[in-house]
Amino acid sequence: MLGDRGRSGGIGPMAGFVALSVAVAALFLCPVAVFAQEETETVALETLLPIAPPTGLMAVDTPNDRGSSIDVTWELSADDDNDGIVAGYEVFRSAHPETGFVFVGRVPHGETEYRDSGIDNSEPTYYRVAALDTDESLFFSGTFGPVEAFSQWFNRSRLNVMVAVIIFVVSIVYFVTAAKSGKELFIRRLAGLDEMDNAVGRATEMGKPILFISGLSSVSDVATIAAINILGEVAKKTAEYNTKLIVPCADPIVMAVEQEVVKEAYAKAGRPDAYNEDDVFYLTRSQFAYVAGVNGIMVRQRPATILYMGMFYAESLVLAETGSSIGAIQIAGTDAVTQLPFFITSCDYTLIGEELYAASAYLSREPILLGGLKGQDMFKLIAAAVLVVGVIAATLTATGVIESNFVLPLLATG
Amino acid sequence: MAAIIWTTIGAVLTLSVYSFLYKDNPFYKFAEHLVVGISAGYYLVIYYFNFIQPNVVSPVFQLRLGGEAIGLGSNTWWLALIPGLLGLLLYTRFFPKIGWVGRWPLGIYVGGYAGLGLSPIMQARVLDQIGANALPLTSVTNILVVGGLLGTLTYFFFSMKHKGVLGVMARVGIVFLMVGFGASFGYTVMSRVSLLIGRVSFLLHDCLHLI
Repeated sequence: MLGDRGRSGGIGPMAGFVALSVAVAALFLCPVAVFAQEETETVALETLLPIAPPTGLMAVDTPNDRGSSIDVTWELSADDDNDGIVAGYEVFRSAHPETGFVFVGRVPHGETEYRDSGIDNSEPTYYRVAALDTDESLFFSGTFGPVEAFSQWFNRSRLNVMVAVIIFVVSIVYFVTAAKSGKELFIRRLAGLDEMDNAVGRATEMGKPILFISGLSSVSDVATIAAINILGEVAKKTAEYNTKLIVPCADPIVMAVEQEVVKEAYAKAGRPDAYNEDDVFYLTRSQFAYVAGVNGIMVRQRPATILYMGMFYAESLVLAETGSSIGAIQIAGTDAVTQLPFFITSCDYTLIGEELYAASAYLSREPILLGGLKGQDMFKLIAAAVLVVGVIAATLTATGVIESNFVLPLLATG
Repeated sequence: MAAIIWTTIGAVLTLSVYSFLYKDNPFYKFAEHLVVGISAGYYLVIYYFNFIQPNVVSPVFQLRLGGEAIGLGSNTWWLALIPGLLGLLLYTRFFPKIGWVGRWPLGIYVGGYAGLGLSPIMQARVLDQIGANALPLTSVTNILVVGGLLGTLTYFFFSMKHKGVLGVMARVGIVFLMVGFGASFGYTVMSRVSLLIGRVSFLLHDCLHLI
């Protein structure tokens, strides 16, 4: 029916309504369509247009380093306003100002610096930085250079470390000098070390050896050096009492040092003939193979006294439990925080952390070592004072009394 | 076939080591001497290829690996002779008349490491630690941290008797230390149990196929 009417040329009421609706809709939708078309064209144009390159390119030798590094900085591209047009920046390096630029690194948009490492010192180097758009096209800055990397003799960012070391050394030198001049230096009683004489005496009375284990670390470890010092004092006593001292080593250099120390201790005690080089021997470097070997020595030679001094790892409990099972008196000393609980639970006496470092001075009462210990105490006092001042400053900062904690910059290192 | 042989050897050696829990016996002695001997030999090879060859042999004899010079450059190869010579001096200990020369490299080695360690330790263990603990006393946690630290420092102060205020602070310090050690003990025991589980799993799964 409708078709017939249409074909007849007349416009019925329904057809008129549809036509009117379409016209009204077109009236409203038309501007939107036009706007959408314009936006598409704008984006297309922007992607086609070049983006502004970075400006203000600078390159300087990285300060306070040992060379081989240059810091490159620039100002952001004018189009780098987080709308996604600039994807990032790429840094290029060359030995010539015009040619030969090679890619060295990329940073995301918004970044204005890059550290170029691994370059030769004192070689003239040129830099360019390019802004990278979403199509991976590059828009280069000008060239900057020449600039050369070189090493600095002095790291200024660690000036505070140097000051602290100087204070530390001066305090030690002062107390060593005082000790040498005959001034009596007091050190509080250390229970574990007081027992050392008894432990050596017990082994002598029982006619059994003393086992000294200086850990698994090398002489680069402070704990190992402290252990070697203690070994010297123990060796003097075993030489005096004519007690066998067994020292299995896990490091060949430590073995060499300990042989020398024990030999010297026997000589000082007036018993050089009693020194047996085979009693200070290399076992193995492998951790649990060393444990197996030492456990075997414990159960077969049954030492009356076992001393664990130095740096220990997971083997500590296995060793100390075996020592405990054979009824030996055990004294341990280590600065390995994770192993101290095991020694505390399975040994008769344990030197905790710095007590190990103090042990050799305490045992020997030698002026140099005593002075060193007193110097360390003085430095600890200074450190505690700085901490208290820092805590007060932090509290005043947090409560708004002062603007910032003035202590923290003094402690910060580069 | 090879897998079965090696798994069986591993199982026998594991049980041999565990037999020590009962008492010392020939099986444990065998496993002990085997592992000590093999590891000593293994580390001899490791020492050579990781230290002596790249630091002394290759620079001095200008050995190359894949076209690249190993270790020092061609102009500074002679620097490798210094540690090489110091290393050789260690062997003078086998000759009593010149054995004293062996103390030189030991002195350089020990002294060098002690000196080199001073600066990083001062930074990492002193300055950084003080900075990290300079906390405002505005919360219970911060008060505990600062109080515990000062107490622990007092405990390790050897120049005065721990009496009076100093004694109280040292007591606080040792309490904090023991709390820390207790927590560390529990944590480490848990990790050791996982090692035991690994060995039991090897015996029951890889060897006996029971699980």
